[in-house]
Amino acid sequence: MLTNTSNDVAQGQEFVGHGKPLFLRRIRNTGRSVLPVRDCIRLRFAQFCRHAMGGHRVIAFENVGFNYGGGELLSDVSLRLAPGSFHFLTGPSGAGKSTFLKLAYAELRPTAGRVSIFDRDARMMTRDDVALSRRRIGVVHQDCQFLDHLPLATNVALPLTVASRTGDAQDLTALLDWVGLGKLADALPPQLSGGERQRAALARAIIMSPDVILADEPTGNLDWEMSLRLLTLLVELNRMGKTILIATHDMNLIRQAKSQLAARVLRIQNRRVQLAGADL
Amino acid sequence: MKLVLPALLAADRQADRVVPPSGFTAQLTLFTSGSMAFLAVFALALSLASGRLADRWASALAGTATIRISAPPEQLDTQVAAVLALLSTTPGIASARALDSAEQRALLEPWFGPDLPIDALPLPRLIELAEASPGYDSDGLRLRLAAEAPGAVLDDHTRWRRPMAQAAERLRLLGALSLFLIAGSTAAMITLAANSALAANLPVIRVLRLVGAKDAYIVRAFVRRFTLRALTGAAIGTVLAMIGIALLPRADAAGAFLTGLGFEGAGWLLPLLLPPVVSILAFAATRAAAFRTLKGLT
Ligand SMILES: Nc1ncnc2c1ncn2[C@@H]1O[C@H](COP(=O)(O)OP(=O)(O)OP(=O)(O)O)[C@@H](O)[C@H]1O
Ligand SMILES: [Mg+2]
Repeated sequence: MLTNTSNDVAQGQEFVGHGKPLFLRRIRNTGRSVLPVRDCIRLRFAQFCRHAMGGHRVIAFENVGFNYGGGELLSDVSLRLAPGSFHFLTGPSGAGKSTFLKLAYAELRPTAGRVSIFDRDARMMTRDDVALSRRRIGVVHQDCQFLDHLPLATNVALPLTVASRTGDAQDLTALLDWVGLGKLADALPPQLSGGERQRAALARAIIMSPDVILADEPTGNLDWEMSLRLLTLLVELNRMGKTILIATHDMNLIRQAKSQLAARVLRIQNRRVQLAGADL
Repeated sequence: MKLVLPALLAADRQADRVVPPSGFTAQLTLFTSGSMAFLAVFALALSLASGRLADRWASALAGTATIRISAPPEQLDTQVAAVLALLSTTPGIASARALDSAEQRALLEPWFGPDLPIDALPLPRLIELAEASPGYDSDGLRLRLAAEAPGAVLDDHTRWRRPMAQAAERLRLLGALSLFLIAGSTAAMITLAANSALAANLPVIRVLRLVGAKDAYIVRAFVRRFTLRALTGAAIGTVLAMIGIALLPRADAAGAFLTGLGFEGAGWLLPLLLPPVVSILAFAATRAAAFRTLKGLT
């Protein structure tokens, strides 16, 4: 398996070597961007506080069980995502990857055990708490939903809008260019292809510079080159301290990521979530 | 209202745009609040007019009564004298006086013409009395009249005045009840329109929730819209109805009921309260509907 895709991987590496996300570089150089300097400071400060208070978890599952009313889908799942970690989540279709992610951003509540989001019990969170936590967790959904009556650029900036924050128009353009949607800024979402929607969803997920990024099959509809482009972006964000969890079937993507950083692979099997072996 | 509306108007237009414009519910809300305000103006006018009528009847008729004396011609004068003497010692009666034959003729003229040979007819004599305040005891007076002047009958108007005044009073109540019913129907229809708009926009609401919008933000987008539409509709309806009422023929001197329908003086300010009231209703109804819908979503 490794041999027949090595060509792709090599191409990808070359691509990654040359293309740095322009707007990410701007953050470093000028400190003005989607991910402003004060965000980096805030993140450092938050990390410092977490250490000081003994909490090291962004999202933690403790003996979590879940079912949709029928048979148990997940049971006795315990794990934590440490700040700044990079995880992949794999498993057969229907194993519960999307369900796991939904538990992690409080779209679903566990039927047993406890999910903590930023050290708060998901079951104790009010609706406003959930809304606020979603401003710190960027989510790319498997079925990317948009506001179909508003142009793509407005959709990507929507998290800023609902948080009553104004973004930098230049950064929005740079972000759209980076995901290859610069020319489609004024297009309406129903006019986009599946891959374009996924890229737009990723752009929307990171525009708030969230502490955590959860992506459900973000490269499902993308060609290898574009997948690598998005991976590069996620790796870059991870290097800035963001916590990342990607549900994917794409083993090549996982290998590519592991060649760049210490990514860990979680696997859902028999209702449990386990760390996959080193062979991956 | 003073606080809510400007805040609502000042709310950022961006929040308004996240919900797609919905032509149909927009027109429905506009039309409903417009026609409800129109009806409410008439209910208000009816209520005010019948209130005035009730007051007018009560005050015009209160305080006067008539005693009718029918007796053989030779006894008539003695009975009239006896009744007048009795009335002068009855507490609660300010004055009493017998109508002379000229006055009686004037009363009968509209019915029988000017040539009535009034002296040749065995007509009863009439005594008009004015009530003091506090008034007299009419049952006691009847008993004493029966004893002193067997041909005297007290007609204190209450027998027919009471149902008339009561009818006017009822009409006023019905008008007020109609106002409440109109308010209730407005709230109900706006709730239905809001529910249909919310149901049509569930995917939008889900997306907004997923990108971190608070409930209040989503609710505001809907509430602002419905409140402004209801305000516009109600303003149009109210103005049209007020023009309609202003164009009604003026009340004549007799104050006939139908032409008396309308507003007087400061009463013209009352219907101006309807648009704000309707928009408060729309605000509350939409807000409740939106929060109810959101509670069902994660
Ligand atoms: N809302 C729901 N109600 C009932 N059952 C559900 C619901 N959502 C998902 N399921 C079931 O739960 C199981 C896990 O679904 P989930 O979407 O988490 O799988 P997945 O691992 O993401 O699969 P895929 O790789 O195909 O995306 C599936 O069998 C699915 O049918
Ligand atoms: Mg899935």
